[in-house]
Amino acid sequence: MADVKVPAQRHAFARPLSPHLQIYRWSWTMAMSIFHRVTGVALYLGTALVVWWLVALATGPSAYETARWAMTSLVGRLILFGYTWAVFHHMLGGLRHFVWDFGAAFERGPRMALAKATLAGSLALTVITWVVGYAVR
Amino acid sequence: MSIKPSMRTPLSRVRGLGSAHAGTDHFWLQRVTALSNVPLVLVFIGVVIAAGGRDYEAARAIVSHPAIAICLLLLVVSVCVHMRLGLQIVIEDYVHGHGAKFAATIANTFFAFAVGAALGFAVLKISFGA
Repeated sequence: MADVKVPAQRHAFARPLSPHLQIYRWSWTMAMSIFHRVTGVALYLGTALVVWWLVALATGPSAYETARWAMTSLVGRLILFGYTWAVFHHMLGGLRHFVWDFGAAFERGPRMALAKATLAGSLALTVITWVVGYAVR
Repeated sequence: MSIKPSMRTPLSRVRGLGSAHAGTDHFWLQRVTALSNVPLVLVFIGVVIAAGGRDYEAARAIVSHPAIAICLLLLVVSVCVHMRLGLQIVIEDYVHGHGAKFAATIANTFFAFAVGAALGFAVLKISFGA
């Protein structure tokens, strides 16, 4: 049995626990659930980049040039590409939750289709966004 | 929380004590801000594509356009509320120590307000000049 923290006093009366990630076989819905959370946390931390960009723009030309240099560098572009994917994945994951909020798509077929569409859609939208971004330069 | 030896579920122990009167606020606000985030984030992506690689003056001109600045201010409020609620759930799920959970929850609130203040101030300063 995997490590499960149970307060000492409770040991003798431990109630049954539901199985965890380590026990279930991975499925699309599980993976997309965790992706949703991880991308959410990444977006949270990544707001620091948005703060850097806009505060630099508010501060003056030299601060802005530093931010622009960092964000248009190769590493900067890679991070922003990942950030773009996190935005779209979390957005589509949120829309998936809205579908569930209306009581729809809980059956196996639609559930799996939506999970796969979340990943495919987020990747497609990320690529499209960057193609548009480069096209309008 | 004192734990007496009992097989009763937490639910059965509180049943009959009445409502906490705060049941769905968190959930509902998370969904409302999720909804408002969708169009506002799309606008922001458009702003980044338009202004991202541009020089200082051009980027300022784009961000300071009233329609864009207003959308950005709405985005800041919507995103900061949403991300604070979201990370609060993550903290409550994974941080179990009483003190650590307390500290992390407050740090989360501070971070969300700091980001909100910084972004809001930046957009206003860019818009009104100086």
